[in-house]
Amino acid sequence: MIPELGHFALILAFFVTLVQGVLPLLGAQRNRAEWVAVARPATAAAFLLVAFSFACLTWVFYTNDFTVQYAAAHSNTQMPTMYRVSAVWGGHEGSLLLWVLMLTGWAMTVALFSRQLPEVMVARVLAVLGLVAVGLLAFVLLTSNPFDRMLPGAEEGRSLNPLLQDPGLVYHPPLLYMGYVGMSVVFAFAIAALLAGQLDAAWARWSRPWTTVAWVFLTLGIALGSWWAYYELGWGGWWFWDPVENASFMPWLVATALIHSLAVTEKRGSFKNWTVLLAIAAFSLSLLGTFLVRSGVLTSVHAFATDPRRGIFILMLLAIVVGGSLFLFALRAPKVSLGGRFELVSRETFLLINNVLLVVACGAVLLGTLYPLIVDAFGLGKISVGPPYFNAVFVPIMLPLLVLVAIGPVARWKQADLKTILFKLWPAAVAAVIAGVALPMLAGAWHAYVAIALALVGWMVAALVLQTIERMKAGTPTASWWGMQLAHFGLAAFVVGVAMVGTYQEERDVRMEPGDTVSVGGYNFKFNGVHLADGPNYRASVGSFDLVKDGKLERILHPEKRDYQSSSMPMTEAAIDASLTRDVYVSLGEPLTPDRENGAWAVRVYFKPFVDWIWGGCFLMALGGLIAAGDRRYRLRVKASAPVTAGALA
Amino acid sequence: MNKFLLPLGAFIALIALLAVGLGLNPREVPSPLVGKPAPAFNVPLLSNPDKNFSPKDMQGKVWLFNVWASWCVSCREEHPILVEYSKTAGAIPVVGLNYKDKRDDGLRWLARFGDPYLLSAFDGDGRVGINYGVYGVPETYLIDKAGVIRFKQIGPITPEVLEKKILPLVKELNT
Repeated sequence: MIPELGHFALILAFFVTLVQGVLPLLGAQRNRAEWVAVARPATAAAFLLVAFSFACLTWVFYTNDFTVQYAAAHSNTQMPTMYRVSAVWGGHEGSLLLWVLMLTGWAMTVALFSRQLPEVMVARVLAVLGLVAVGLLAFVLLTSNPFDRMLPGAEEGRSLNPLLQDPGLVYHPPLLYMGYVGMSVVFAFAIAALLAGQLDAAWARWSRPWTTVAWVFLTLGIALGSWWAYYELGWGGWWFWDPVENASFMPWLVATALIHSLAVTEKRGSFKNWTVLLAIAAFSLSLLGTFLVRSGVLTSVHAFATDPRRGIFILMLLAIVVGGSLFLFALRAPKVSLGGRFELVSRETFLLINNVLLVVACGAVLLGTLYPLIVDAFGLGKISVGPPYFNAVFVPIMLPLLVLVAIGPVARWKQADLKTILFKLWPAAVAAVIAGVALPMLAGAWHAYVAIALALVGWMVAALVLQTIERMKAGTPTASWWGMQLAHFGLAAFVVGVAMVGTYQEERDVRMEPGDTVSVGGYNFKFNGVHLADGPNYRASVGSFDLVKDGKLERILHPEKRDYQSSSMPMTEAAIDASLTRDVYVSLGEPLTPDRENGAWAVRVYFKPFVDWIWGGCFLMALGGLIAAGDRRYRLRVKASAPVTAGALA
Repeated sequence: MNKFLLPLGAFIALIALLAVGLGLNPREVPSPLVGKPAPAFNVPLLSNPDKNFSPKDMQGKVWLFNVWASWCVSCREEHPILVEYSKTAGAIPVVGLNYKDKRDDGLRWLARFGDPYLLSAFDGDGRVGINYGVYGVPETYLIDKAGVIRFKQIGPITPEVLEKKILPLVKELNT
């Protein structure tokens, strides 16, 4: 009964979103206030229906109802409750339902927090979100119904892939989807503005906090996913340029560009067409990511079970949503005014270069991701594109961006003076040289790669300090200015992590018998053997290692190798001793003798300096974004100027 | 020419590429086992733990080796096709491998959905599956008189696969 109710609620939600998508748009075109007024209640109804449906699916998992096919394929009575509940989004159907839940949730948030905006604008935005929801609900209902029954039911569920039985599953997909789907709000604002023919500073100001909040979620989602891969996969890497990682990274790059170009559009009225195109692109790339993950055109560790009908459906959805938006863009863009003029040396120019670099980087990632497909489509064979390509292409594009981070904020709008900028920043240049020469020496050995990176970090951090001193002289800075500084500082911390771990990490693969010692990065690991232990739905071989530094026992580490009843792949649980300046990381490989407890094992040990700065940096960036999005002026000034905007409309 | 049409043009090219890509299968990597002798094993039967089965018992016959489990949803899709096939005249023997299952669950499943198998070997801990490179259940191997794997189907056998791929090959191998 419960699954049928959930299914029925989804069908109702489909029709409600259809109303939400069509009536307000027509009403806005034809000046029918009562049609426009439908937008908010319809949005609320759609959200409640989808939330109810999602609750039904969660109930199915909670009560182990294995007559529901999706639950039988992804859950199991042996699994701990936390994983049974998050297994709801452990597969294609449920995660798509989560997508729709978040989409209607974002629409609901817009409906609640947009009282200051003109009613017609809000109606258009909600309608565009409604139309996107129509497409996705049709996708769920027609090709991926999570409530499909299987009668008679399974004796026992198949269980979730053990890789996913980790706290990471609880937070990584929801955060990432919040970010992905959050881009739909920015997209809806852009389409609404194009429809109204009103691409102006007010539109940019309304879009900014939404873009930033979606970006914050995306940043956290990606960073936590990277951290999960780091400790769960047991390879010691933090980014693999896997197609699905790229699928989340591309919208992030474009959204980052968008945040910067929105600043120009709001303050100076320039880059309007470019900004609107970025807003469309950010959401299009989110949809493209969904297509790549769920259609099976690329192979990836994240791949879902595939069904050709699904691929065709999402491709059509993509064609309609993105094709329609770009067509609208081509119609409207020629009439948009160019906005304020600016000189070659000005903050506008620096932000433009920032945008070009981010978009080119995104293009390079897209090319690398799709290249296997292109080669296959032309019948030239099967290849895969890996980290060597991405690192060789991506890093050089990013380096100039790090130089610009220091310059942009000190340059004046419209017209800046190169000499003044150089005069302001010369201490930063000195700091850069010192950091580049001295820091790598302190860290161990001098390498060109790490020297360049640390010089840039010195440059960025010194410039941030100079910028702050200068800004404080001019009065108390706004929250959004502090947010920017913090995010840029996070970027510097991130670069430290990437450079240090890339250059100074040490790893060893060794065969160890109980009593053996291996040393890496100044630490000794003494292997004490393995004992067997039972988990809720697995058997674990738990290793024990003494971590010794300078003859002193620091900690005992317990990496595990788990054999889940439901899977032939043993899972590796690395043991990590984390600290601010380094992680040491032990993982068990394969047992090399039949005697697991007293025999020899293949063991991997890693020394990873500053690796946590990578995620710490991302966290600071996200925190900066959050602070910026909370800036009072997004709430106050909009309210104050609302009558003016309404007047301009009438 | 309206330069604002460029993004749309680029997007259409991308969609065309993705549409072509949908027709391709990146996982269609030829199995290294095809053309090699079927890995040997010796495990108890599902129906009787005291009796064992080994691929050697099938020497001189062309036979299908089908990996299944009671927890496997796609197996339910495939199962009626196997049941149907096993009833046709001149059908070659089908041997099951009950993979990572519980004995009782497996037997109950056969009782409920029908038993197309000459016999089912029981691979509770999945060791046989590892040797055969099973990575998704169901999987099916066509093995010839000399014990060489001639064809491997990953995922459920559809009527189409049976008619167009397996049966013609069976005919060829039997002559």
